[in-house]
Amino acid sequence: MSAQDKYARYQRQIQLKEFGKGAQDKLLNAKVLVIGAGGLGCPALQYLAAAGIGRIGIVDFDRVELSNLHRQILYTIDDIGLFKAEIAAKKLRLLNPEISIDAYQYAINTNNALELISNYDLVIDGSDNFPTRYLVNDACVILNKPMVYGAVVRFEGQVGVFNLETKDTKQKANYRDLFPLPPDSGSIPSCNEAGVLGVIPGIIGTMQATEAIKIITRIGNPLSNKIVSYNALNNSFYDFEIRPAMLTKVEFPKNKPEFLAFDYALHCDPSAGRHQISVLDFNALRSREPLNIIDVREYGEIPGVHEFEHVKIPFSIFKEEMKRLTPERTFIVFCTSGKRSAQAVQILKNTFATCTAYSLEGGIENWKKNSDL
Amino acid sequence: MAIEVLLFGQLSEITGADKLTVTKASSTVELVQVLHKQFPNLALANYKLAVNKVLTEGNTVLKDADVVALLPPFSGG
Repeated sequence: MSAQDKYARYQRQIQLKEFGKGAQDKLLNAKVLVIGAGGLGCPALQYLAAAGIGRIGIVDFDRVELSNLHRQILYTIDDIGLFKAEIAAKKLRLLNPEISIDAYQYAINTNNALELISNYDLVIDGSDNFPTRYLVNDACVILNKPMVYGAVVRFEGQVGVFNLETKDTKQKANYRDLFPLPPDSGSIPSCNEAGVLGVIPGIIGTMQATEAIKIITRIGNPLSNKIVSYNALNNSFYDFEIRPAMLTKVEFPKNKPEFLAFDYALHCDPSAGRHQISVLDFNALRSREPLNIIDVREYGEIPGVHEFEHVKIPFSIFKEEMKRLTPERTFIVFCTSGKRSAQAVQILKNTFATCTAYSLEGGIENWKKNSDL
Repeated sequence: MAIEVLLFGQLSEITGADKLTVTKASSTVELVQVLHKQFPNLALANYKLAVNKVLTEGNTVLKDADVVALLPPFSGG
């Protein structure tokens, strides 16, 4: 490709006098890892790919669901049930075939995070849960990688830049300087419980991409050591400054061996595991007594389950529909991986205080793999 | 003495407003006591305080017209 062709698609940003071919070359040589291809990840990925980030990694283990489509704008109804990382990569390659896209179709964890992140210059956190957020934060601190944070709930969003030294910020803050420890589980609603207006992650994810582009090209002032909070209802932006004096004294993994040995699920929810049932125990219990087995996956999600009787109450309507259940038998709830079912168990427990309810550990995929039928 | 209190995220659901005025509070500790008495569920929530846009730890002296923001963590993506 001639030099002229290489720059042709970026002409509108190259013509900005602060930008030019120099900034474009920085983007083309940059490697950005986006954690989560959901509400935040989709718009961030689209703008990063469009802007010509040379190499983009996408980490997401999840599949597309109908209830994702109001905010996860890379996907269409034809993608329901398919892996987000793969579909996102496919669409971004169509948008910009001149850059490299790496799709990682698995969950980021302590075993793979350090290696994964070390291959990139900058990380965008578009995850949707605290264990992943603290894990990604700590990994970025250990590896000294700048990280662009974003989070949303209801009509609001937060965005900030961590681990970045600038001329104004001599000490680098990270998420633990803001919230040293995860909140008590249950006190913080997730998007599934509290809901979110679809455009909010669109705005915040786009701001994350903007910060990434500013950091890479060194144009403007990045949101280093700051959090900006956006409220759509009153059109307000409010910024919070994190002072170096606040730097946390909390114990958290500060090197590779400590990181590898750390349990983030337990760190964020000390009761994790209490309401889970293993494949073995589930099969034993199933042969012993009648159970109330509930599939909380959305309609059309695969694989189908014909091996045991169950009812289907998709997670998107679970809160309303579960009220017609009676808590006489033990509830066993399953989904694809065990994430939604764990939340559904929490909802059951909140509604029927005395019920017995378990989430099938590792979801139906784990059950199919580990059941000898 | 009037302290403007801004509430973010789910905290505004607890108080029913994203902006309040507290007249009797000379420090952040006093302010938190006043707020928790008025809105007991706020005591169960997790949040950080920022005085005039700077996040603070411990007790901070407040003066007239200070703006105190209560920022909770969000996890949604």
